[in-house]
Amino acid sequence: MATLNSNLPPGPLGQKWEKHKFSSKLINPANKRKFKIVVVGAGLAGASTSATLAELGYQVENFVFHDSPRRAHSIAAQGGINAAKNYQNDGDSVHRLFYDTIKGGDFRAREANVHRLAEVSVNIIDQCAAQGVPFAREYGGLLDNRSFGGAQVSRTFYARGQTGQQLLLGAYSALSRQIGLGAVTSHTHSEMLDLVVIDGHAKGIIVRDLKTGAITRHVGDAVVLATGGYGNVFNLSTYARGSNVTAIWRAYKRGACFANPCYTQIHPTCIPVTGDYQSKLTLMSESLRNDGRIWVPKKQGDKRAPHQIPEAERDYYLERKYPSFGNLAPRDIASRAAKEACDDGRGVGETGLGVYLDFSDAIQRLGEGKIRERYGNLFDIYKEITDEDAYKAPMRIYPAVHYTMGGLWVDYNLMSNLPGLFVLGEANFSDHGANRLGASALMQGLADGYFVLPATLGNYLATQKPDQRPKTDHASFRDAEASVQSTNRRMLASKGSRTPASFHKELGKILWEYCGMARSEAGLKKAVQLLQALREEYVVNLKVPGEEGGLNQSLEQAGRVADFIELGELMCLDALTREESCGGHFRVEHQEEGECKRDDEKFAHVAAWEFTGVGKAPVRNVEPLTYEEIKMATRSYK
Amino acid sequence: MKVRIKVWRQKNADSQGAFETYETPTLNANMSFLEMLDVVNEDLSMKGQEPIAFDHDCREGICGTCSLVINGKPHGPHRKVATCQTYMRSFQDGETIVVEPFRAKPFPLIKDLVVNRKSFDQIIQAGGFISVRTGSAPDANSVPVPKINSDLAMDAAQCIGCGACVAACKNASAMLFVSAKVSHLGLLPQGQPERERRVLAMVGTMDELGFGSCTVTGSCEAVCPKDISLDFIARMNRDYGYALIKGEPHRNSAED
Repeated sequence: MATLNSNLPPGPLGQKWEKHKFSSKLINPANKRKFKIVVVGAGLAGASTSATLAELGYQVENFVFHDSPRRAHSIAAQGGINAAKNYQNDGDSVHRLFYDTIKGGDFRAREANVHRLAEVSVNIIDQCAAQGVPFAREYGGLLDNRSFGGAQVSRTFYARGQTGQQLLLGAYSALSRQIGLGAVTSHTHSEMLDLVVIDGHAKGIIVRDLKTGAITRHVGDAVVLATGGYGNVFNLSTYARGSNVTAIWRAYKRGACFANPCYTQIHPTCIPVTGDYQSKLTLMSESLRNDGRIWVPKKQGDKRAPHQIPEAERDYYLERKYPSFGNLAPRDIASRAAKEACDDGRGVGETGLGVYLDFSDAIQRLGEGKIRERYGNLFDIYKEITDEDAYKAPMRIYPAVHYTMGGLWVDYNLMSNLPGLFVLGEANFSDHGANRLGASALMQGLADGYFVLPATLGNYLATQKPDQRPKTDHASFRDAEASVQSTNRRMLASKGSRTPASFHKELGKILWEYCGMARSEAGLKKAVQLLQALREEYVVNLKVPGEEGGLNQSLEQAGRVADFIELGELMCLDALTREESCGGHFRVEHQEEGECKRDDEKFAHVAAWEFTGVGKAPVRNVEPLTYEEIKMATRSYK
Repeated sequence: MKVRIKVWRQKNADSQGAFETYETPTLNANMSFLEMLDVVNEDLSMKGQEPIAFDHDCREGICGTCSLVINGKPHGPHRKVATCQTYMRSFQDGETIVVEPFRAKPFPLIKDLVVNRKSFDQIIQAGGFISVRTGSAPDANSVPVPKINSDLAMDAAQCIGCGACVAACKNASAMLFVSAKVSHLGLLPQGQPERERRVLAMVGTMDELGFGSCTVTGSCEAVCPKDISLDFIARMNRDYGYALIKGEPHRNSAED
């Protein structure tokens, strides 16, 4: 059994982080130069931490599979980033952001982590503004805010509909500065394919150069994974096509625990699926719910055009069911409500899997110009994809997989149960519980990268001797490299008849059907069986064209899909054993009039899965969630 | 619908490339251009042939990974969109579509339609930033920025670093890319202390890396998926001229 010590600092909640920073070990500047930190990923978390650690004097090696550190999928985040600045004087505070986030996560996150996140949120905005992030401003030159789901205050900072892009480019510019100064070595086109563990500590990675196919070994005193979420396990999602689970999955297979894998976020406002060829779903930012009203016809099978349906025959179901939050209900609730309406036969569009997001009231109230200024680029994207003008007719939207709250288990220092392995951003499980609120992903990625890890890393490094890294000819490096080589060669040699993409599609359909917005015991059991069969078929019936050397995108995909199939099984197992409903995890057996019914007595804990071998049952470790400051309550947005 | 695609195939930088023509399977007009390539690649894989290598990632026009010159135009027939936002309804049934990589000396080819745009990173590393250590920032509202400046900075900051401007330019000039970053940071109060040093370093690196000169034909602006304006090049030229006249910053006071 793995040992899960969350290392929460003692003392009152509001003082834990301050005290922890003070009691954390410092590394003297001369020794910092002797420690080498391997960072995988250059999204918000990876780029910000690489830059900050280099500023502190550590040697940093950064690895990305992209052609440039600026491409990570953080770049696609649209709406904004939360911070408890209270610039609007509308009653916001660190405590309120903390409480909203804990409640939004349906009381399944760690209190101390979330409080820390709310505390450092204010520093993030300062840091980004100083880097030149062009946040939206008012005429007086000060920063503007907007509202997001799950909150009744305006605390979201934004840069048009491209906040993620601008924050990432800020972090990328800080990273680029350190690369230019020679403090960070940047490896692009470099995919991590294994974690090297020596005497129980993470000490390096095995990397494939995607341009040449060369497999190389890289040693570090600590390894940081900031490799993002695993939502592409569903095949169709709002993630970039390249986003994958491989880095954290292979770390899991080397002993790191995987926490709450079934907690996935299905975003309510995406452009509906149109056909089987589709490779990607596109998000329409949650910020649209500030001004758009969501509705379906009251009558089943009503095929009239939206403008022909009179006001009295429309069901603004979020406003009806959740009068105090209305269209700004949290994502999990808004998604399930859309599914319910469609399951009830009241969905719109050709497939019946869609609801209206209507701006006509807002356009009447504010004028088309104002709406264009706020959301112009989103309306443009909608037009490109659907060939429809959302200024004239309501948008059609439907939920899609968007984020994963689960990830590798980490303690308060962001270190996994494997000493020396740190996990940041979406790749860890720590701050969002069972549901993430809008505009909180960017906040967490940057909090982890700029402020948390740089302060906590010393606690581990202080236990390590400087300049005493293992050599890359160590047997563990050799074995890990050999295992990567043989996996790749086996896939290339397989003479089956199905491509990785065809397996990925099938995997996605199974998960969406049985482990999507509504989950049942029977369905999950069936999914586990289907996925076991799929995993076995993958070994014998895979077909991967091309060679081992040089760029081979099919081989890259084959490795990632293999990991996704194994992960899918673990997600279903996690969903099956969590016999309650909370946040994004909705078990049909556990509900109260369609709302989540938690079971705090049995399930107020984190489930952290431990690998025991492919095809063998993993061990379910448990970290209890103890709340000192707030009471677990039934989440209500009514 | 079905189309014929004439695609540049090249095993690696050292080998000779050539066009190959493929008939696509039946397509749906609502497919994106990249989804069409996915379908062709599945077809090739099933026939035991190697799929066409092409760059892509977010498929929503923001990451800047996708490239391709389609019928002679970087990012295809439409203005203000990237290749991933180009749909098959923009082409005729039965049409022959020519697909090539972004060609420019500072973008060496890796395979088929994939090129290496590392040189863009090198330009940013030379000076495309504001030097601010984590932890040293003042309160965000302590530095007001006039909305008009902030909006204009955002217009420039939208650049996705795809390199279409370079591929479209007969001189393979990177002026639109560099000017977008120079203008974004130069328009903000936070960017003033390094304004001259930045423009000198970035333009110098751009020249060293082999990008050509700008003759203001405007082809870059015409293909830019983010509609970055040629005005930013004028702005950069002014900054560059001013920095040259003012002379190099005093070396003895520079931190690095």
